[in-house]
Amino acid sequence: MITLAYAAGVDVGSTQTKAVIINEGGEIVGRALLDTGANVIQAAENAYIVARDEAGIDEREVEYVVGTGYGRYRVTFGNTQVTEISCHGRGAVHLFPNTRTVVDMGGQDTKAISVAANGEITDFCMNDKCAAGTGRFLGAAAAALDIPLDDLGPVSLTSTKPIKISTTCTVFAESEVLAWIGKGKKIEDILWGVHTSIAARSAGLMRRVGIEDEITFTGGVTRNKGMVKALEERLEKPLNISEDCHFMGALGAALFALDEVKTGRTPVKTGAGVKS
Amino acid sequence: MTTLTDTPEIVGRGNREGADLFRDWFTDLNETAKSGNTAAYVFVMGSINEILKTFDFPVTFPEINSLQTAVRRVAHEYLEEAEDYGYSPDICGYVKADVGTQLRGGEHPMAQIPKPGLTVLTNACNTYIKWAEIWERMYGTPMFTIDIPGTRQEGLITLPGEHDFEGDRTYVETQLKELITLCEEVSGTKFDIDKFREVLGYANTMSASWERILDLNAARPSLFNALTDGTIYLGVANGLRGTREGAEYFERLVEEMEYKAANGIGQAIEERYRLVFVGVPCYPIFRRFNELFTDWGGTFVNSTYLWFASGGTNRGFQYDLDNPLTSLAEGILINVRDAMDSMFHQNRAIADMAENFDIDGIIYHPIKSCRTVSTGLADGRKHMTEQFGIPSLFIESDMMDRRVVSEAQMKNRIDAFFEGLASRERQALAGQKG
Repeated sequence: MITLAYAAGVDVGSTQTKAVIINEGGEIVGRALLDTGANVIQAAENAYIVARDEAGIDEREVEYVVGTGYGRYRVTFGNTQVTEISCHGRGAVHLFPNTRTVVDMGGQDTKAISVAANGEITDFCMNDKCAAGTGRFLGAAAAALDIPLDDLGPVSLTSTKPIKISTTCTVFAESEVLAWIGKGKKIEDILWGVHTSIAARSAGLMRRVGIEDEITFTGGVTRNKGMVKALEERLEKPLNISEDCHFMGALGAALFALDEVKTGRTPVKTGAGVKS
Repeated sequence: MTTLTDTPEIVGRGNREGADLFRDWFTDLNETAKSGNTAAYVFVMGSINEILKTFDFPVTFPEINSLQTAVRRVAHEYLEEAEDYGYSPDICGYVKADVGTQLRGGEHPMAQIPKPGLTVLTNACNTYIKWAEIWERMYGTPMFTIDIPGTRQEGLITLPGEHDFEGDRTYVETQLKELITLCEEVSGTKFDIDKFREVLGYANTMSASWERILDLNAARPSLFNALTDGTIYLGVANGLRGTREGAEYFERLVEEMEYKAANGIGQAIEERYRLVFVGVPCYPIFRRFNELFTDWGGTFVNSTYLWFASGGTNRGFQYDLDNPLTSLAEGILINVRDAMDSMFHQNRAIADMAENFDIDGIIYHPIKSCRTVSTGLADGRKHMTEQFGIPSLFIESDMMDRRVVSEAQMKNRIDAFFEGLASRERQALAGQKG
């Protein structure tokens, strides 16, 4: 009987936790997406269980688990940890082999990553101790305008007279949004301004590492079509996008885990969530 | 192979003796303050310690006092005190920690710091001037600024013997003579040229030794950590420059390093990646910052900090004892000019380090509260990447203010950097096998 090997990646982000199971061919067979919440360890375990359930496999069939994201050391059942910078680069090149630049927009940080053809990270740059230009900036705008996060992109795309948001601070952006409402501006025009402001800041990060074709957009904000359009307009280039871009960190982690499976490395850790 | 159980006494001696000398220096300052006397306040770039030691002034370096509050994890108390007084969060953290110290009447975690009786500075850093003016306002302290001509244009460096250089040297020497007159007035003693020669001789020994120590660290494995051990040596290089104790310390440090080099004794960790540090250390989490690198087997084999903050030691510059004042003017001129030009000439120095120290990466550490030392680092990094293809990491934090030091963010970047180095290694290995 042939036994298939599986590998897993668990990406514990500041806002959401993602898990991905891949088979020996590097194909995704299971995914999970949960809010991280206050109990990071539990979020990682739950995401791992949901992804395994979707893949229809037992935990014993997963030979290696890599944790990534800010909570990577809280993936207590993981065998090792890899930063999300390396994971997003690796995952992006796997899904889009011609990727040379990755822009990852997450809940609290945005990363620009330069990658080689083999997925090796050649340079990277991140926002610095400030949430300007990140998903949190969009969250602040959504809160100020009292509309659901998922509606931000579609509403922004209906803008006809865009507003220019001048502040770069997430906290002050909220008051600026309210000031524009006070002046009677339309919500869609304000929102498009928020999106273009984030796009400008992200493009600045990307220029620091060098923008080279192809560009792959990763992270939770990839689901926002307004953000995709704002970035493409700012960069004057199309972006590689897929449904799995949201899972890119977890996918990259799973690919690193698969490397370990293929090289026959013995898992170094077992713990919660894994019966040994 | 030497093991921990049979490590001879000479290994680690420099760190132990350096710590002792450093403590003794602060003990002396404490006694000076308790007895109601003052100290000369000077700065690390262009300290002119040689003249001050000739007059036996107790000397204190406010930059060192300030960084010690960060290393001892109380800097925030001093910074907040200065900010409550009205200083902006955006200005130099060293200045604010010193203002906090002055507002507390000299209270400092290492000693009671004496009030300034004389302030001597150069224009090596523009903040020095504004900083000294604070003491002038607070205490009416005599303030002597030595104006050092900088390079007129990048690439046009004048050399001894050339017309422009000699003009600059005369200009500096004239100012030194004025400083000596002021020192005579403040101290009430006459300038002693023979003692001055003796002080310069000690400084020569220290400079030659320091150059030798820095060069010896090209050994594999490296002999000392340029970030942590190097900072101990720097403290002695600044505070005890021009003293017999300082000269002897550095001679013994050379002896230690030569012993380690001859016996293949490196740092306490297995050296996997050899790194150069560019910038000022992250003092608020000084040990932890270093561990973020050593956890991956990264060791700092050299640092630009060790040459631009080493108290005027211009990589082995030797004073001519037959023409002491003229020679001191030349040394200060070259040293301060190099310090001011460091944003342009830093690349050359780092390229030399890369070539001679067989390095794997460069760590650039710009800091929030000092734009002078941080401006240009991004350009420098770009240049080094394009010209030499050396992997580098750019991480921003601060030398004093823990409010802008995010260890989690820093670790993320550092881990990613080492993952990249490890990946390169694997690829190179695979290429060799293939």
